[in-house]
Amino acid sequence: MNLIFNIAWTHVSTRVRQTLVGMAGVSMGVGFTIMMAGLMQGSQLDFLRQLVDTMPHITVEDERRSVPTQPAEQEYAAVQMSDIANVGKRPGIKYPESAMSSLRSWIPGDVAPSAKTTAIINHGGARIGITLSGIDPRREVQVSKLTSQMREGKLDDLSRAPNGIIMGEALAEKLGVKTGNTVLLIGGQGVQLNSTVAGLYRSGLKRVDESQIYSLMGPAQVMMGQSGVVNQLRLRLNDPMSAQKVAAQVEAQTGYKSVSWQEANADLLSSFTVRDFIVLTVMGAMLLTSSFATYNIISTITHEKRQDIAIMKSLGMREYAVRRIFIIEAAIIGVVGILFGWILGYLLCFGWSKITIFNPLTGSTVPLQIYYSLTHYLIAGGISLVCCAGAAYFPARKATSVHPVEIIRGAS
Amino acid sequence: MTEIALQAVELVRRIEGAVSHTLVNGIDLAVNKGEFVAITGPSGSGKSSLLYLLGLLDAPSEGEVMICGQPTSKLSESDRADVRLTKCGFVFQFHFLLPEFTSLDNVLLPMRAAGTMAESEMRERGLALLGSLGLAEHANKRPNALSGGQRQRVAIARALANRPEIIVADEPTGALDTASTEQVFSILRDIADQGQTVVVVTHDPALAARADRRIHIVDGKIAEITERGGGELVCEVAS
Repeated sequence: MNLIFNIAWTHVSTRVRQTLVGMAGVSMGVGFTIMMAGLMQGSQLDFLRQLVDTMPHITVEDERRSVPTQPAEQEYAAVQMSDIANVGKRPGIKYPESAMSSLRSWIPGDVAPSAKTTAIINHGGARIGITLSGIDPRREVQVSKLTSQMREGKLDDLSRAPNGIIMGEALAEKLGVKTGNTVLLIGGQGVQLNSTVAGLYRSGLKRVDESQIYSLMGPAQVMMGQSGVVNQLRLRLNDPMSAQKVAAQVEAQTGYKSVSWQEANADLLSSFTVRDFIVLTVMGAMLLTSSFATYNIISTITHEKRQDIAIMKSLGMREYAVRRIFIIEAAIIGVVGILFGWILGYLLCFGWSKITIFNPLTGSTVPLQIYYSLTHYLIAGGISLVCCAGAAYFPARKATSVHPVEIIRGAS
Repeated sequence: MTEIALQAVELVRRIEGAVSHTLVNGIDLAVNKGEFVAITGPSGSGKSSLLYLLGLLDAPSEGEVMICGQPTSKLSESDRADVRLTKCGFVFQFHFLLPEFTSLDNVLLPMRAAGTMAESEMRERGLALLGSLGLAEHANKRPNALSGGQRQRVAIARALANRPEIIVADEPTGALDTASTEQVFSILRDIADQGQTVVVVTHDPALAARADRRIHIVDGKIAEITERGGGELVCEVAS
């Protein structure tokens, strides 16, 4: 066995209690870091999955990202115009069917039309503002998870009930309505429509469940006062993460404002970034703190072994070789601690995944979402190993830089 | 012609500080190959400091130490460590054996550090050294299972491990009883008789008298050199 490793192994194996304490410290740090990373990423991904499932990946609106320039502005540089009323501008996407055909030819996913407007539900004295989306059920199944989110009724029931609507369970609870009941919808133009609740859905996002209702295209267009209008195209992609890139291409092609789900939830995603930073800081602190046990042990060993260090140097062992003994000791503590930390981390993740909690957003009891990733294990192990090596380096350097004569004279 | 194993030229060791203190003050000394030299002197006279300079454990403030004709003052710390590893063997007042290791492992330590021999060869030599010092049956014992004299003999075996040209010993019998003292000195004498150079610091005048040459140090300077020739002691007082 290599001399340096042999001495290092002898030091750690003859101090069983201290070594186990050091290993336990590393294991705890690594284990809890893995659990925390799995828990945080799991909950984040679960939330994003719900978000992505609930809303279209890209929404093409019948508006421009910026106000179009006027002919006079294009002609004369000195002309600047503002507060221009779009008199006579008809809402809606022009030639929606041809736009959808064109998009279907190249986007990796599908597209469906919708007529979106705002309205008020008036029922039993309650007046609640909602967003009404007119959909084509046959196409809607291609672009949303609404079918799988249905708790009562089916999408096809929209065409069976008179002016049928589908609303979120949360909204139905708020209004005290059930499937088959009739509610009054009041549009912005004063249009009133008696609609039958044809079904209930639950997306998992309370803000959606409380404010979004669906109908066929016809009733929604009636509420808008614009028959035949399609003011929104809803795209679903095979890869939701490519939404930003595809949205930019769609916008370039159609000229209409195309909003990816990332852009629509930019505030939320930026809060995730802040949360990730906080979590990483806490995890780093945990790993650093766990390495203090290693620092303590190596400091103790180097102090106890001052004479051994002196004699090894006087025999002709180089300073860096002697220093390496203590780095290897920390590495032994670190590696074994990391291995047990990985096991602990997995067990903690597994244990936490069995715990169910009440989610006030969805109103249901759900298991804690844990994300298992090899990356968590490697990063936690890597950082811990670096912390251990660093924790050993400084006391080792201090101890080995002492002149052997000072120690030998002191012992004589 | 006699070959010089160890030579000190105008050797000075000074401790700099608020109050400077000179430990070794201009010593010139040449030790022949196979010679047994004893350095004596009162406490604080600088004899151990001189020994550490001769063994390259410490670096001189001025002057030169030459080992086997090679100057060492310009060597880096790593190169000095290499010279110590291959050319010098150290024995101290306390054995300084690594307590977690067996006697044999302690003897193997310098050989393993040098890394010039195969493991089997090292073990063979280690056992032979322990056997030659009467410790064959103690090879697998740890230092705490040995007596003081046995520990010091293990330390001597460790010093001899890499077949060094020079053995430097700092009061190797200082912590031993009379019987062990006699035993250790006999071993050192035998080592010198076999051709290795031995420089030993001792307080014991009777033991110093058994050396080929006794160098008496006072205040960091050589005060007296006594040579043993033709069975009689010849005294020479240094100027």
